[in-house]
Amino acid sequence: MSTRPGRLGSKRWPDVLFRAAAVTCAALICLLMAGFFVELARNAWPSIRAFGFGFLTTSTWNPVTRTFGALSSIYGTLLSTLLALLIAVPLSLATALFLVKLAPPGLAKWVRQGVELLAAIPSIIFGMWGLFVFAPYMADHVQPFLQKVLGFLPFFRGPTMGIGIFTSGVILALMVIPFITAVMRDVFTMTPPVLEEAAYGMGATTWEVVRNVTIPYGVRGLAGGVFLGLGRAIGETMAVTFVIGNNHQLSASLFAAGNSIASTLANEFTEASEPLYRSSLIELGLILLAMTFLIQVAAHLWLNRLGRASGRTA
Amino acid sequence: MQEVPAEDRREDLDPVAAGESPRDARSAPPAPPVPEVRDRGPHAVADPSTLEAPAKILVRGLDFWYGDRQVLFGNDLEVAERRVTAIIGPSGCGKSTHIRVYNRMFELYRDQRASGTVLLDGENLLDPEMDLIDLRRRVGMIFQRPTPFPMSVFDNVAYGLRLHYRISRSQLEERVESALRGAALWDEVNDKLDEPGTALSGGQQQRLCIARAIAVEPEVLLMDEPTSAVDPVATAKLEELVDTLKDQYTIVIVTHNMQQAARISDFTAFFYKGYVVEFGPTERIFTNPSERQTEDYITGRFG
Repeated sequence: MSTRPGRLGSKRWPDVLFRAAAVTCAALICLLMAGFFVELARNAWPSIRAFGFGFLTTSTWNPVTRTFGALSSIYGTLLSTLLALLIAVPLSLATALFLVKLAPPGLAKWVRQGVELLAAIPSIIFGMWGLFVFAPYMADHVQPFLQKVLGFLPFFRGPTMGIGIFTSGVILALMVIPFITAVMRDVFTMTPPVLEEAAYGMGATTWEVVRNVTIPYGVRGLAGGVFLGLGRAIGETMAVTFVIGNNHQLSASLFAAGNSIASTLANEFTEASEPLYRSSLIELGLILLAMTFLIQVAAHLWLNRLGRASGRTA
Repeated sequence: MQEVPAEDRREDLDPVAAGESPRDARSAPPAPPVPEVRDRGPHAVADPSTLEAPAKILVRGLDFWYGDRQVLFGNDLEVAERRVTAIIGPSGCGKSTHIRVYNRMFELYRDQRASGTVLLDGENLLDPEMDLIDLRRRVGMIFQRPTPFPMSVFDNVAYGLRLHYRISRSQLEERVESALRGAALWDEVNDKLDEPGTALSGGQQQRLCIARAIAVEPEVLLMDEPTSAVDPVATAKLEELVDTLKDQYTIVIVTHNMQQAARISDFTAFFYKGYVVEFGPTERIFTNPSERQTEDYITGRFG
């Protein structure tokens, strides 16, 4: 063997370099994340000191008296996101199943492109359309109808103004559907055909195969799609700001105007000249970051448990 | 695929009759005339008199297409009741395609098409009127790779039972146990019934799939290279199992492994390029093949 030491040495170089570059990039991401937290916490400190834990549990938001509480923003954020997912997840699931399992290939292509186009619409367009077209339609038709049918529930009481948490949830749903659908479509495409054949071979119908085999098999991936949608919905700013009503109030009714963390920040940052006001807004941002972080962590833990239960590892 | 309303196909299982197989309920239909064997030139082989047992499945003039490409040509074959029929031949010769006609699995795919006659107990199963769901209960299938569903061992075996019968919990447990015993798996998994089916070893998973298939009391079991993904020890167990299963079920097994065909089958069909080149008792096919191609294949000259 004529292995020249020089050659061996030169071969090691790129490896070392590549390793260093990869480690640096990975570390940078972590640093960036930590930096966000630290910087937000530092700037939010005056507000944290002034209001303490009460910031999370009160909804008074009065720049004049300098009293701030984040509850209505947190409530609006969670509620509109939850509403969006309640609407978007079943629709995305059905669309993805249609695309993969039922639609003839030609039609599937058109529908898929249509759904993907939805993802390309800027959120400001959703916001404007929501305010000028969709909200009036909701006010005149959808909300009165819901009130007539489900008015005995507190969620559907109150004046039907069109704008409010309900409408913003629906708009958010439209915005996240393409993302959730795309992930779910990939998950369904990756189900091993032989597994589904085995279920068909037992005499199952298409619906039974989908319900008992396809969906449970891909549950981790499907949940991943849902969390991707959740991540987008929870921080969405522009469209929500247009239609949510921007009102610091807590109301059980979904038709009432409310606000979300993102919409409050977008609306009020320019006018927050006073330090405590500004600090409170920054604390809102910190809360949003912490919320998304906690949700992702919880999702991971839950998915790991789910993975163990069905005997498959990540 | 053909959808049948769930209510129409679930048979209420009378506790008294629970022990009876659903097939007992059907009176044997009068045997329709057997279509004539078409002249297929040098490949003329099959003749119902080859079998000393009655034919459970009778194939006549089966052609098959993937889109415009024909892959099976005028297949004639008889599958003897409660015997093991092996289908051998080189890769891509249409073995799997052929048996996927028996439970009409190919219909899941848009561009696949079959024509000809495949009689199951005298009934043409390619008839569009055929109840596809009941056909698949009667003709179970085992695949190359184990296909445990994403659920517990118990639920895997109970899957078909829940699909086809209304049945009490205790009856369900009884039949799951007997299916697992039938698949020679009970002793290994009786303390793991609630664990996921995917947690078992490969060979156990394959026997789990067999248990799942026999739980619904099929008449025919199709096995598409069932041992190709398991180790030699598990293969030996599966072969032993096939030998016991043939007392109750008609078995068609596709295999790459000629020794396996010789060991476990009563009849062997040799497929080549979509034709049934030769069919007959396994012993004769392996000791005294009448076709040159068969001899070349089993002596290892090609394939």
